[in-house]
Amino acid sequence: MNDSKQFCTFFINGIFFGIEVLKVQEVIRYQEMTSVPLAPATIRGLINLRGQIVTAIDLRRRLELPARSDDQLPMNVVVRTDDGAVSLLVDEIGDVVEIQDDVRERPPETLRGVARELVTGVYKLKERLLLILDTEKTVTLTAG
Amino acid sequence: MPLNDELQQQLIKDLLIESTEGLDRFDREMLVLEKGQGTPETLNVIFRVIHTIKGTAGCLGLPKIESVAHVGENLLDSLREGKLTSTPEMITTLLAYADALRAMLESLETTGNEGSADYSILLQQLQDFLTGKPVATAQATPPAPAPAAKQTWGLFDDEPAVSAPAAPASESTPPPAPSAPPPVLMENTGAEKEVATRGHSASDSAIRVDVGQLDKLMNLVGELVLARNQIVQFTNQAQDPTFLNASQRLNNITTELQEGVMKTRMQPIGNIWAKFPRVVRDVSLELGKSVQLVMEGKETDLDRTIIEAIKDPLTHIVRNAIDHGIEMPNVRRAAGKPDEGMLILRAFHEGGQVNIEIMDDGHGINIARVKQKAVEKGLITQENAARMSDRESFNLIFLPGFSTAEKITNVSGRGVGMDVVKTNIEKIGGSVDVQSEAGKGSTIKIKIPLTLAIIPALIVTSRGERFAIPQVSLLELVRLEADQAKKGIEMLYGAPVYRLRGQLLPLAHLNKELALDASPSAVTTTTGASKETQRAEEQAVNIVILQADGRQFGLVVDEINDTEEIVVKPLAKQFKGINCFAGATIMGDGKVALILDVLGLAQHANVINEVRDRSLTDKVKTDSRASDRQTLLLFDVGEGGRMAIPLSMVARLEEFPRSQVERSGSQEVVQYRGQILPLIRVADYVRAAAGADSKGGDLMQVVVYSEQGRSVGLVVGSINDIVEEAVTVRRDAIGDGILGSAVIQNKVTDLLDVAAVIRSADPSFYNTGRPAVELAA
Repeated sequence: MNDSKQFCTFFINGIFFGIEVLKVQEVIRYQEMTSVPLAPATIRGLINLRGQIVTAIDLRRRLELPARSDDQLPMNVVVRTDDGAVSLLVDEIGDVVEIQDDVRERPPETLRGVARELVTGVYKLKERLLLILDTEKTVTLTAG
Repeated sequence: MPLNDELQQQLIKDLLIESTEGLDRFDREMLVLEKGQGTPETLNVIFRVIHTIKGTAGCLGLPKIESVAHVGENLLDSLREGKLTSTPEMITTLLAYADALRAMLESLETTGNEGSADYSILLQQLQDFLTGKPVATAQATPPAPAPAAKQTWGLFDDEPAVSAPAAPASESTPPPAPSAPPPVLMENTGAEKEVATRGHSASDSAIRVDVGQLDKLMNLVGELVLARNQIVQFTNQAQDPTFLNASQRLNNITTELQEGVMKTRMQPIGNIWAKFPRVVRDVSLELGKSVQLVMEGKETDLDRTIIEAIKDPLTHIVRNAIDHGIEMPNVRRAAGKPDEGMLILRAFHEGGQVNIEIMDDGHGINIARVKQKAVEKGLITQENAARMSDRESFNLIFLPGFSTAEKITNVSGRGVGMDVVKTNIEKIGGSVDVQSEAGKGSTIKIKIPLTLAIIPALIVTSRGERFAIPQVSLLELVRLEADQAKKGIEMLYGAPVYRLRGQLLPLAHLNKELALDASPSAVTTTTGASKETQRAEEQAVNIVILQADGRQFGLVVDEINDTEEIVVKPLAKQFKGINCFAGATIMGDGKVALILDVLGLAQHANVINEVRDRSLTDKVKTDSRASDRQTLLLFDVGEGGRMAIPLSMVARLEEFPRSQVERSGSQEVVQYRGQILPLIRVADYVRAAAGADSKGGDLMQVVVYSEQGRSVGLVVGSINDIVEEAVTVRRDAIGDGILGSAVIQNKVTDLLDVAAVIRSADPSFYNTGRPAVELAA
């Protein structure tokens, strides 16, 4: 068996994350956003993606990581979900990497908090670990 | 294999679309036939519909649909060839047969299979028609098929097993039949061929397009329009003539493209009216009424999303009109009207909106009964009922929980109808209005926008954020300058209210309701701007008066910008919990703005719930009626002058514009119902502050008091409420015109001595010996 998958990778607070490349619609630079009052804090706002209104979710807040500094503009990773496109705000974009399935492991038991729910697997790469996010779970927000 | 599956799915989809349209045509033509206006062409059309369904179902391997269709096809074939003559019973059965096909197709669409319903009885009846008189083609004797038809509705009757073997036997009958009258057959096939070619050319000029595809195009065009707008802005600074030319062309083409794409989404309203002849027939048959349906303006175009949205409300109104509006034939005859009731559907464009009118010539709406019913059900208060105009009373039928039908019929009368109709129509930005004339009939007028995708909206700003408010909920705009604002906005237990022409209007601040100051993202929008708006707030207050659920409230915003046509886009599921927004839109500069959901916002701000709760407590009060209780009308006569009089002394409550006040000698009078009504300013006769009633704006609130055929109008500041309470007078008379004081609703209230006030204003009023003021018209 020589199964391999491609992942779109990005960094959030120095952590290396990846999303299956087939789920990613596009990656765009920072877009001006309209904030939605009363919405959960995880939602940064709405962006205009060529006439389509897309919700932007701040992955730092979603993953309960410390907030981004003001001068650091996030990037948008637009993913396809069952309910249309959703933009995930990340710090920095990495490469698209192709990884053999045999280096995949289940997330360690010590992983706690939201990450435990959202991370579906860990790939041992040479220089670092890649955490794979479940896009559907990531864009589903329970109580804000 | 997957490709074949896909092909199969596509073919089934085509079959569904085709058959739905076909069966609607089937119904329509059947009714023509029933009226005796059928031509050979009518039967050809009917036959072809079924023939196509049978053929396609056979190709796609749908045995049940095929076999059911087949039986009906045989009967239709005999009808077409003139071997059988249609009877009303036969038509009823054939309509039921069309419904059976519909049910199977629907099941195919939703579940993917043909369903498990058993149609053997229906099929047996069709067979019976076919075999009943196979020889007597010329002299069709109706009595024979009649008993069979009776069983159409007795679906639960145990059909004797004997009838089963009849089916295969009759299966074989059609083949020999055609040979019997050869000339007729020839003639008919000729006609059919001719029509077939005509039908073909019509379908060749049109293609079926997936609606999703059109929506996508519409989105792209919307985006193109925005890009165009930005380019045109640049053009103003550019000098290059070639660029100017190109941009102008881009401008024109975009506009044309936008209109073109909009048109592709339009459908004639006739598409949904097509099923009404059948609805009217079924309902009137069920009720034993006779109704003629007239449809005008079938070709009026509407956006397809709107067409979908008004389908059910319209059907409900039509059923209602037949059930409640149109009388039984004998009643109609007694009233000097033709036996057959008239129901007119009319659609037309007017002022960028589509108007739909549903008119009946029935007995109209009984205002007194409507009001009485509404009060009984606690939907409105006595006070409301007393001052309601006829038009307002008609619209009571749209209140939730209202139904005047004496008995609940199968058709209507459950009281869940008209309010749902109204909400559904308002949901798409439309409005409904009823007019009625006793004995002559009622008209329901619906106004709906041409399209849902683009609506006019007012753009407002609050704390630097833009919001769009749909124009349909907008009543008016009020701007209060700084000094006015301080006086104009009063606080009631911390809740701000504003007096709009004497009416208390609850206020909500948009920035507070949406917690705009607290939200961290608001900080990023330049603090300078928000400071500026704060300063502006100190200077003036902008109030947007809105209407939600029939109630009004004022929304305080920082700035009122402009009205604009906006493209409505839905919000993602992540925002489901927030009911303050109806969607989002993209503004001219490419940024996203939220569209406010006026009803949701009002609920969020609690500006309308409160009122509702009170009407509930009012109801409870009426229920716990005690003998020592008195119903009192509460009003005030200026600053702090809270007063009450027994409601029994009130004939009516009226509002008069100040301009109507005339003078007769020293007496202020108004013309009222053909009489001269003398006015008494209550404030002048009690110890309240002077000039008390001047704040009511242009309208004067008048309590009409009648005694022995003579009336007098008491001018008061404002009418507040009607309460039922046990009144204990706490103090004895403390002055002219006041009987005493009591605590009502936890507040000290003076009881007005009406007689004393009238006597001091017009000493002659109670003197019956002297000539009366009544100068009948």
